[in-house]
Amino acid sequence: MSTQILMPALSPTMTEGKLARWLKKVGEDVRAGDVIAEIETDKATMEVEAVDEGKLSQILVEEGTDGVAVNTPIATLSADGEAASETGAKPGAPAPTAAKQPAPEPLEDRKVVADKAVAAQVTPASTAAAPERDWGPTKPMTVREALRDAMAAEMRADDRVFLLGEEVAQYQGAYKISQGLLDEFGPRRIIDTPITEHGFTGMAVGAAMDGLRPIVEFMTFNFAMQAIDQIINSAAKTLYMSGGQMGCPIVFRGPNGAASRVAAQHSQDYASWYAHCPGLKVVAPWSAADAKGLLRTAIRDPNPVIVLENEILYGQTFECPTDEGFTVPIGKAKVERTGKHVTIVAYSIMVGVAMKAAETLAEQGIEAEVINLRSLRPLDTAAIVESVKKTNRVVTVEEGWPYAGIGAEIAMQVIEHCFDWLDAPPVRVHGLDIPLPYAANLEKLALPQPPWVVDAVKKIV
Amino acid sequence: MAQAAETRKRGKDSESSNSVTSQPPATNQAMSREQLVKAYGDMLLIRRFEEKAGQLYGMGLIGGFCHLYIGQEAVVVGIQMALSEGDQVITSYRDHGHMLATGMEPRGVMAELTGRSGGYSKGKGGSMHMFSKEKRFFGGHGIVGAQVSLGTGLAMANWYRGNDRVCATYFGDGASSQGQVYESFNLAALMKLPCIYVIENNKYGMGTSLERASASHDLSVNGAPWSIPGAKVDGMDVTAVKAAADVAVAHCRSGAGPYLMEVQTYRYRGHSMSDPAKYRTRDEVQKMRTERDCIEAVRHLLEAAGMGEDEFKAIDAAVKARVQEAADFAQSSPEPDERELWTDVLVEG
Repeated sequence: MSTQILMPALSPTMTEGKLARWLKKVGEDVRAGDVIAEIETDKATMEVEAVDEGKLSQILVEEGTDGVAVNTPIATLSADGEAASETGAKPGAPAPTAAKQPAPEPLEDRKVVADKAVAAQVTPASTAAAPERDWGPTKPMTVREALRDAMAAEMRADDRVFLLGEEVAQYQGAYKISQGLLDEFGPRRIIDTPITEHGFTGMAVGAAMDGLRPIVEFMTFNFAMQAIDQIINSAAKTLYMSGGQMGCPIVFRGPNGAASRVAAQHSQDYASWYAHCPGLKVVAPWSAADAKGLLRTAIRDPNPVIVLENEILYGQTFECPTDEGFTVPIGKAKVERTGKHVTIVAYSIMVGVAMKAAETLAEQGIEAEVINLRSLRPLDTAAIVESVKKTNRVVTVEEGWPYAGIGAEIAMQVIEHCFDWLDAPPVRVHGLDIPLPYAANLEKLALPQPPWVVDAVKKIV
Repeated sequence: MAQAAETRKRGKDSESSNSVTSQPPATNQAMSREQLVKAYGDMLLIRRFEEKAGQLYGMGLIGGFCHLYIGQEAVVVGIQMALSEGDQVITSYRDHGHMLATGMEPRGVMAELTGRSGGYSKGKGGSMHMFSKEKRFFGGHGIVGAQVSLGTGLAMANWYRGNDRVCATYFGDGASSQGQVYESFNLAALMKLPCIYVIENNKYGMGTSLERASASHDLSVNGAPWSIPGAKVDGMDVTAVKAAADVAVAHCRSGAGPYLMEVQTYRYRGHSMSDPAKYRTRDEVQKMRTERDCIEAVRHLLEAAGMGEDEFKAIDAAVKARVQEAADFAQSSPEPDERELWTDVLVEG
C-alpha cells in the first residue's frame, strides 16, 4: 500500500508555492514528523513534515520547481518492504479536488439569506399593537428602591442568582442600590470585589457558563471598558461559537451616561456600543416601573443582558405597580404620551426631557407622541413605525454622541420601513460631539435640554 | 504520596521568599503499568490526531488558524489523570489535546476543524472554540488570557455550590503577561477558590521567547504575592506531571485555595500552521524531539516493564484507526445548513 504526499497549504491564504529542496532521497525511510522538504511561499520558507511512515518510493516534483499548486502530488510513500513499482494512488486517499472551496452559491440563495437577515432583525409592524398589560394598583417608589426590590425578589426566588461588584455588600452600594441586601442574603450571595473589573467580570462570566446567574454591578459603565473584552468576546459570542451549547445567563448593570460635573471619563453613554453587538440584549429604563420590571426580566433571561441605568434618575420617584409578579418584557417600547403631530423617540433620562418638551409643545398647540424605548436591543421598531405612520414626523433624543448612535439607527429604521409616510426628514437631538466638560456652564451646553427638543420639533412641524 | 515537584509557598510566613530558586524538577514518579498504558495511548491519540489535522490543513480542508499541540501531550494527559468526574477544564486556543484528554470524541473535534455540521460547535466555532458540557470542557478561547478569568469563575461556581470540584485552568507562558491573570490570582486567593492554574511554558509566546517577554523567568512563583503555592514540573515526563497534579488537586479539593503549576514543555510545531519558525533553530527542536519526547519516554518505561512489541502495535493500530475514522467523518459530514447562520445568537424563550 502506498500513500501520496500532496503539496501542503502552509497558511490560510496559500494557493501555490516553490518546492525549494528535498531533504529525503528516494529509497530513504521516513518517520512521522521527519522534515522531508522545504517549501517557499510568498511570505517565508517552511518545512514539510511527514505524517505517515514508510519508504520514499518516488519523487514526483523535482526541487526548484516554481508555482506548485496546493494539493498536487509531490511524492509517493510506500509501506515498508513494498516494491517501489507498486506505487499508485491510495484507494481511500482524498483526491486533490477534495480541497476545493465550495462553489459559490447561486444568486437566488444569496437573496434568500439576505431576506432572512432582514426578517430576523425586524418585527413586522402588524404585531406591534399588543397593549401594555394593566398591573393594577401602584405606589410611589424611587428608581433606587425599584432596582433593589427587583434584585431581592429574584434572589429570593432563585438561589443561582447573586450580586457582585465593588462596594455592593458592606458599604451597601456606592449609590446605595444594594442597601440591605447583605443583611438579607449574606456574604455568599452579595459579594464585595476588589477594584478589578476585568478580573471579576471574567470570573462572573465563567460562573454563568457553568449555570449560575450572576448580577455584575459596575460602579459606572465607564469602568466596564476595562472588562468589555469579557462582555463581548466571552459573554456575547460563546453561545454562537459553541453551536448553542454554552449559554451565559448574566446581567451587567450600573449607572450609564452623564451624572453631574464628573467630566469626560465618568460621563459616557455606552448605549450604541452595546446595542451594536449580536448576542447581547440591552435595556435602558427610565421610570421606577421600567427599572423594576426590566431588571427582573433581565435576571430571568438566559442571555447576557446589559442594564443601562442613570445616576440622576436613582433618586426620582415614579408610580410603580405593587403586584408581586410585575415584570416588563424586553423588546417592547412604551408610549408615554400620545399625540398626532410628531413622534419623539427617547430612552433613559432623555424620556423625561422629551416629556417636558411635549408639555411645552402642547401649550403651543403641537401634540407630540413620546415613545420610551426601554429596550435598545432588540429594538421595538414596530412601535416606532406605527407611531410615525400616524404622525409622519420623527425626532430622536439621546444623551450620547451622534456619530453611529442610537438616533442614527432609529432614523435608518424609519427610512427603511415607512419612508413614504414621512413628511419631513428625521431629526436627531443628542449630546455634543465632544468629551463632556467639567465647568458647570459648559456641561449644561453639551447635554440635551427640553428646549433643544422643542426647537427640533418646530423645524419639521 | 511522593512529592511530585518542588512546592513552595511565599508570603507573610516566608522570610526568605526572595531567595527562592528553581531546583531541577523531579522526574519518573511511580505509575502503575496500567496507568502507563493509558498515558501512552492517550498521548499517542493526541499526537496522531494532530499530525492528521496538520495534514488536512495542508490539503486545504481546515482553514484559518490551527494551533497544534504536538510535543506537549504529557501536560494534559498527566493532569487529566489526576482529575475526577465533574472537575472542569478550560484552556486557550491550542485546545485539541485538552479536548481529547477530557474524553471528547476525535470525530467531533476533527469535524469542527473542517467546519462541518458534525463538529462540536456545528461548524460555527472552529479549531479555537469548542465545548462539551458533558465532559465539563469549557473551551477553547481565542483571546489570550481570557480563559484565566473564566476558569476562576468556574472554580467560583464550585465554591458557590459548596461542592469539592476543582477547575484546571490552562494558559501559556505568553498569557502569563496578561493583567487579568493577576487579577484572577488575587480573586482566587481572596475567595479561596479551587482553581489549578496550569502554565504550559513551551518557551515561546508565538515567536517571542519567555526571556524576551517576561522579567519573571520562574513562572512558578508568579502567584507568590498572593501566597499561591507554586510547583515547577517537567512537562515532558507524564509521571511527574501526574504526581504534581495529584498534589495540586488535593490542595484545591481541601478548600485551601488556588494552586499554580508551571509545566515546562515544548511544542515541536510552529505557533500556528503559518509559522516559519525563524526564532529557534532546527537543532533545538530536534534535540527536544530525540532526547525528551514524552511518548518515547513512556514507551521506554513500558518496555522496561516488559511490554512487548505486539502490545505496542495493537495500541498504535487502534489509535491510527480512530484518527482515520475521525478524518473520514470530518470530510463526509455535511457543511452546516444555511439556516444555522441565524441560530444560537441568543437562547430563545
